[in-house]
Parts: sequence; structure tokens; C-alpha cells
Amino acid sequence: MSALIEFQDVSKVYEMGDSVVRAADHISMQIQKGEFVAIVGQSGSGKSTCMNIIGCLDVPSSGTYLLDGQDVGKMNKNQLAEIRNKMLGFIFQQYNLLPKLTLLENVEVPMMYAGVSRSDRRERARVALEMVGLGSKVNHRPAQLSGGQQQRVSIARALVGEPAVILADEPTGALDSHTGREVLSLLQQLHAAGNTVVLITHDNSIAVQAQRIIRLEDGRVIYDGDAHAPEAVVSPNLAGTGGGQ
Amino acid sequence: MKLTEAFQLAIKNIRGSKMRTFLTMLGIIIGISAVIVIVGLGNGMENYMKGSFSDMGTNTLMVSIMGRGSSRSVSEEQMYDLVAENPDYLDQISPTVSLSNAVKIGTKKLSLTTITGVSEAYFDMKNYTVSAGRALQYVDVSNRRDVCVVGNYLNETYYGGNAVGQTIRLNGRCFTIVGVMKQKTDGEMEEGGTDDCVFLPYSTAARMSYTGVISEYTLTVVDETQARACVTIVESYLYNTFRDEHAYRVVSMAELLDAMNSMINVMIGILAGIAAISLVVGGIGIMNIMLVSVTERTREIGIRKALGAKERYIMQQFVIEAATTSALGGVLGIIVGYGLSSIGTIIVSALEKGLTISPSIGAVLGAFGISTFIGIVFGYLPAKKAARLNPIDALHYD
Repeated sequence: MSALIEFQDVSKVYEMGDSVVRAADHISMQIQKGEFVAIVGQSGSGKSTCMNIIGCLDVPSSGTYLLDGQDVGKMNKNQLAEIRNKMLGFIFQQYNLLPKLTLLENVEVPMMYAGVSRSDRRERARVALEMVGLGSKVNHRPAQLSGGQQQRVSIARALVGEPAVILADEPTGALDSHTGREVLSLLQQLHAAGNTVVLITHDNSIAVQAQRIIRLEDGRVIYDGDAHAPEAVVSPNLAGTGGGQ
Repeated sequence: MKLTEAFQLAIKNIRGSKMRTFLTMLGIIIGISAVIVIVGLGNGMENYMKGSFSDMGTNTLMVSIMGRGSSRSVSEEQMYDLVAENPDYLDQISPTVSLSNAVKIGTKKLSLTTITGVSEAYFDMKNYTVSAGRALQYVDVSNRRDVCVVGNYLNETYYGGNAVGQTIRLNGRCFTIVGVMKQKTDGEMEEGGTDDCVFLPYSTAARMSYTGVISEYTLTVVDETQARACVTIVESYLYNTFRDEHAYRVVSMAELLDAMNSMINVMIGILAGIAAISLVVGGIGIMNIMLVSVTERTREIGIRKALGAKERYIMQQFVIEAATTSALGGVLGIIVGYGLSSIGTIIVSALEKGLTISPSIGAVLGAFGISTFIGIVFGYLPAKKAARLNPIDALHYD
């Protein structure tokens, strides 16, 4: 069986004026269905680029990215939008809820673009919000909630479309440690329920909550393996700050 | 995503910023209401003209004979013959002799009353009916009797509704009132109005006139649409008599009405065109605000794109929002336009009785269509900008 997410020699090059930035440098990796993987790295390590490519928000400059066997690099904008809608559930650091919509409407958005009927998606959104413990606040607006609650709404929104991959970009970055732990345990529950979860973070203490860690530095994979191995959390190049890019 | 949902989304966004939406719509509101009022004024003027012309009869020709020295002239018999010879075109004829003298009833002197000498056929030609007594008859004309028919204004105001059999003085002569005209104005009659009139036999009137010659005729035509042909017949006859086209003038009421209407329409067209410029300005206002809105909502667009919105959905959302704003402005403009029209009607009808501002359904539908169209056209550019945003950049936009 082929991997759900497969990077084959993926590079991403940005040209900024005269300088060329190699944000991802020949990355190859595989993530299987049902895994809970943390992609860790300092700022500038290329983890955001990785997340954008995994999330089909961007395509590789060279190499191949296969998502569930489909070559994302060959897709046009519409196909990318469609695959984001069907295959991916995003959880962002800043929650990225739409402030004018109620929680229910926020959770409905991806299903609206998927063409789910109104009554159907309303029901599914309600179930998803109940699952994250916000069933009583469905008609509130995001601004009426705490950060942790907002992040739970975004988790509900991410999982409501039953995506193949749940992609969490620094999901605890804006939260205090207590609510951060709550959110993480929610992600672990999702994983336990059979979902594939990819967590992007710079924080080792967060990353170790996953099963497996892929550590990036300067656009390269420098560790890929068990989250609980000692090498997973120790950067071999402690002096490096990930700068130079 | 269905169109109805995109529409509901647009309504939601519009309701979210009422003040801004209202200000955005203001240009459209002003433009549409101005167009409606102006077109309404045009309609009102046209109706007013039609109304006052139909009083005179659009099937009539007015012939004035100025003559050319004393060598040649046209007698009333010749004019009657002309009508009799062209039965396919010309129907009836009546000499019309206008007198400018004052009317005296008892000791009261009225100088605004219209005094006209006509034949017995005149009442039929003009569709005038008498409400009391009788109309003028052939014997009145042939015997040059001193009788007359008066308008209802005189009847009601000076004879208490019992004018028939009483007398009235014209130019020092005493006339017996034989009939009262049916009231023509709808509302209140006034001095100098259409109901303030006296009709007497033209033969009598001709004698009282300064020149003593009959120089004006009123003719009716068989078919109004053939008015031009009728004018030509009369003109060619008069030209053969006088050999001088300045010696007479033939005016067709239908043609005159047409000419006036087209003049009004050109004027209204120009005014409406000027008003329509404000619609374009309004459209630019909408575009402006939509561009601001796209920038403000960059993050929202990024989120929507990340969640799977295709470019055309984003595009659709913004175009529909612009079109809805504009169409809403159009509806408000129509309401304001109607409101102004009814206020305007009160004002103009006070200045000129019977003149109204009456907006047409066509103008309203047109205005609505145009405002929606403007929204779509001017919403397109901002929508395109929104749709093209890169989701990664948009997500990190603050």
C-alpha cells in the first residue's frame, strides 16, 4: 500500500530579487495513513514550506508530492482548491475563524464549498461542535470565545469534512500551556480515532506528543523517526539557529 | 456552492456594515431617483400636452389665412367646397372667428372669457356637448342671430346654473343664451379656463370683428394618421389661390403634438443622460469600496481559499455582493424617485394645473436593471483581484 503523503525529492525555491532561497532542499519522506507526525524545526527550517506543500496551498519547484497517490504538482488552482477541500483539514495558529459568522456557520464553510446540502451540513457542523465540547455555543461568534475554545472550533471545522489529513500549524502557539495541552489531547483523540494528523511546530515539548518526528533544518530532513528517541529532540547542530537563510 | 447561498452571504456582509453600504449606494440612489424623476417629468409633460391638445382635438387642422393684398381671397364657400371635394381626407369644417372683446353680464365685466364665432358643426367636430339648452344651429348662423352658448363657468358663477334664456352682452350687443356647455375641467373651474367661454354664430361674430373677414378655419380630418396628406391638400389648394406660401398657414394638431412630444423627449433624453452620469459615478464608488473591502477581507479570502473555495466562488461572492449593493441602491433610488415625484407633482401642479410627474414602469425596471448591471460591471475588477489572491499570502495578511 502506498503512503498517504509522499515527498519524492521535493524542493522549493523562492527568488527574492537577486537572491535565491532554497526553502525545501530535496526532501523525501512518507507519511502513512493513521500516523501522528510532528514536523519540527526552527523558523527558517522550511517547515512552513513543507506545511504549505502538504496542505496543497503551494506546489514544489521540483520533485514530486503525492497525496493519496495523486500528483499535486501537476494540478491547477481549481484542482488544488478541490483537493484542499476534500482531503485536508487545516488548524491554524491564529484559528482563522471568520469573525462575522457564528460557530455553526464557520464549521459549515468547507462543506458549503464541497456542495453539501444546507440541512445536512448544519447537522454535521452541530455534531462536530458537540464533539469538541462547544455544542452549547453554536450560535456564538468567535470573538465571544476564549482562544482555546476558538481553536476547538477550528478543529471542528478541520475534521467536519472527514479529510484524509488533519494539518495543524502551531496549533498551540497562541494558547497558554494549559489550554494548549487540551488542544493537543484533542488531536491525540483524533489520532486515536484513526485520523492522520500532521503537526507543524517549532516546540519540542509539543512535538513529542506525536508518534513520530520529522526534524527539518535548512530545508533538509535531519531526523525522521520515533518521537521518543533521544535524538528526536536534540538538534545535532545546537550552535545553529536556523539562520543563514 | 449555490447562487442562492452566495446571495445570502452577500446580504449578510451588507448587513454587517450598514453605514458603509448605505454610503456606497448613495451615488446609485441619487442617480436612479434623478433618472426616475426626470423621465417622470417628461411623461407628465407629454401627458399634459396630450391632454391640452386633445381638448383642442388632435384630429383637427387649423387654417389661418393672412391673405395677400386684396386682389385674391378665399371665401367660406370655397373652403366648404374644398372639404366636400375631399371626403376621403377632410371631414367637417367650421370658420372660427375669435373676438377679443370683454363680456358683460349685468354690470360685471369679464375680460378673460374666450369668445369664438363658430358654425353649427363645430360642437360635433370638437365633441362638445351641451348640458342644458341647445347647441348652435344652422339657422342661427344663416340668420346671424344674436344667440350664444356659454361655458359652465359662466353658467354656475353668474347665472346660478340657470343661464339658458338669459342674456349676456358682447361688444355692446345683447345675446340670448340658448345653451350651456358641459363642464370640461375635472376639478374646480376658474376664470379664463376652458369653461370660461362663449360660442356664437360665426356670421354674427364676423360682423363684430375688426376686419369683418373670416380668416380662420377649423377642419377635422377623417384619419388622424393621414394628417400630413390632409395638410398637403389644403395647402396646395391655398397655394393655387394665392401663389404665395406666406399667405396662409395650415397647422395639424396631430403633427404639432408629435413635434412637441419629440422636442420634450429630446430634452428629457439629455437630462436623463446627465442624471445617468451620476450612475457611472455611483458605480465607481461601488468599485472603490469593493476594492477596499477586498483588501480588508484578504485574510477571510485566504481562509476561504484554504478551506477549498475555488477562484470562481470568491469571484462570485464579490460580484454578487457588488451587484446586490447596487441593486439595493437601485430599489432605494426607485422609492426615493417615487417619493420625489409625488412631492414634485404637488409643486408643479400648483404652478401649472394638470401637470404631473408620473414615473413609468419602464423607467423603473430600466433603472433597476441598469443599477444591477453597474454593480456587476464595477464589481468585476475587485472580485477578480480577490479571486487571484495567493492563499498563503492572504492567510498571513494582517
